[in-house]
Amino acid sequence: MKLSEKEVEIIEILEKDARIPMETLAKMVELTVEETEAIVKKLEETKVIVQYAALVDWRKVDGHEGVTAMIDVKVTPKRGVGFDEVAERIYRFPEVKSVYLMSGAYDLSVVIEGRSMSEVAQFVSEKLSTLDSVISTTTHFILKKYKHDGTVFDQGDQDRRIVVAP
Amino acid sequence: MKQQVKKSYVSETVARLKPSGIRRFFDLASSMEGVISLGVGEPDFVTSWNIREASILSLEQGYTSYTANAGLLELRQEIAAYLMRKFRVEYNPETEILVTVGASEALDLAMRAIINPGDEVIVVQPSFVAYEPLVTLAGGTPVLVETHGDDHFKLRPEHIEQVITERTKALIICSPNNPTGTVLQKEELEAIGRIVKKYDLLVVADEIYAELTYDDEYTSVAAVDGMWERTILISGFSKGFAMTGWRLGFAAAPKEILQAMLKIHQYAMMCAPTMVQYGALEALRSGEQDVEYMRKSYRRRRNYFVQSLNEIGLHCHMPGGAFYAFPSIQSTGLTSEQFAERLLIEEKVAVVPGSVFGSSGEGYIRCSYASSLEQLQEAIKRMKRFLERL
Repeated sequence: MKLSEKEVEIIEILEKDARIPMETLAKMVELTVEETEAIVKKLEETKVIVQYAALVDWRKVDGHEGVTAMIDVKVTPKRGVGFDEVAERIYRFPEVKSVYLMSGAYDLSVVIEGRSMSEVAQFVSEKLSTLDSVISTTTHFILKKYKHDGTVFDQGDQDRRIVVAP
Repeated sequence: MKQQVKKSYVSETVARLKPSGIRRFFDLASSMEGVISLGVGEPDFVTSWNIREASILSLEQGYTSYTANAGLLELRQEIAAYLMRKFRVEYNPETEILVTVGASEALDLAMRAIINPGDEVIVVQPSFVAYEPLVTLAGGTPVLVETHGDDHFKLRPEHIEQVITERTKALIICSPNNPTGTVLQKEELEAIGRIVKKYDLLVVADEIYAELTYDDEYTSVAAVDGMWERTILISGFSKGFAMTGWRLGFAAAPKEILQAMLKIHQYAMMCAPTMVQYGALEALRSGEQDVEYMRKSYRRRRNYFVQSLNEIGLHCHMPGGAFYAFPSIQSTGLTSEQFAERLLIEEKVAVVPGSVFGSSGEGYIRCSYASSLEQLQEAIKRMKRFLERL
């Protein structure tokens, strides 16, 4: 889909801050509020904007004991459908947060979120490894998130500038 | 014993120099908590990591000695390539480019290299606070020329012609301008150039904000027909590359002038700090994308902020560059200093009174929009409340 410069600009702004007030957004791109709303609506309807999400640092939430694992999966591709069929079987599980087809030492990179390490382990051994096409899995648990989707967690973002300067 | 009145050891020129008007506001604003500052003349971005990393690496590798007085040749070559790429102006990196400690040093060197005692230098107001004192310190006489809000603070040839005397040596141009954000277009520079040539003047062109222009293609004074040979182009890394604290600038000028500046630089400064020069080298080699990202971000904030100022009743022309809005506060009946002081005390928003930048800045305030969008939104809210109370 060919988008106009203003449309791309609106996407860039929303990608950084999806909660920006429509009036502010409109001023930033030099359009009226109505024009801006129409563009956002179009972008949503055409699924260019797929979803508005919050990036959460769950470590700060008491009682939330989630774990994230990245699993390298080697699979046998099937004639006619390649990796797509097995990828779909994997991404349909609700525990699976993302699935990427990779080049290199393994085929699929699968990100899983569970409540505990044993829950993830159980998913891998009972659901993932037992799929017909899956040859092997290697599980890596994420110990700490420093940067995610371009955002640095716990960044000291205080303004160090002096208050008035020439 | 009767005590004699102690004589002053300070030079008369320095003693007569006015302290910067910004200083008073700095002291006042710094003493308060929870202030939203629109008073800063610098980016709110931290220098890109690539640049910082390159500087750290240079230290790790032991590059801790002096460089050539004019700066690393490698860096001068990159600056020459950058000036060619961006502004279509050609300089010989060996003899026509000088790396300085900030554009401020380059400005000082330019004044000292060209001014004979009593020479007049035209300073266009509203202007950056250092021009006038730098001319005075170099033994020259600043001749002030006013530009006005109703003409978007454009410098017109007739303004210059009105003040030219036999002693006029040079003209300082800052485009995009601090504090007004006004950018001089190619044809406007050509018109100014005709006068400059007619009276055989030099132009000291402060182009530190050249990277931050938003609507039209930027024209350097040096790129205007017949102006290269009478221009001292001054720029640096502070604004475009978000490297204010690094203090790295440069000057580009015809050999004779540049070499005169180099003479002073080698006695006064020896050379710019080595690790900083390595950071700047990386900035020119890989910084373009980051500059573009920052430029876009300022442009969006400018659009939001200037439109909002107009909506709350502070008429503001659309600045074409830099990161300053310069709205008129004449409708309030307050002087710019009264306005800034009351806004600071009553609503904790720091802006700089326009009078600080010269007499034609009276009736205006300088607001930097190099702040987060949240801060700008809050500042607008507070300014609106302040105006409604007046």
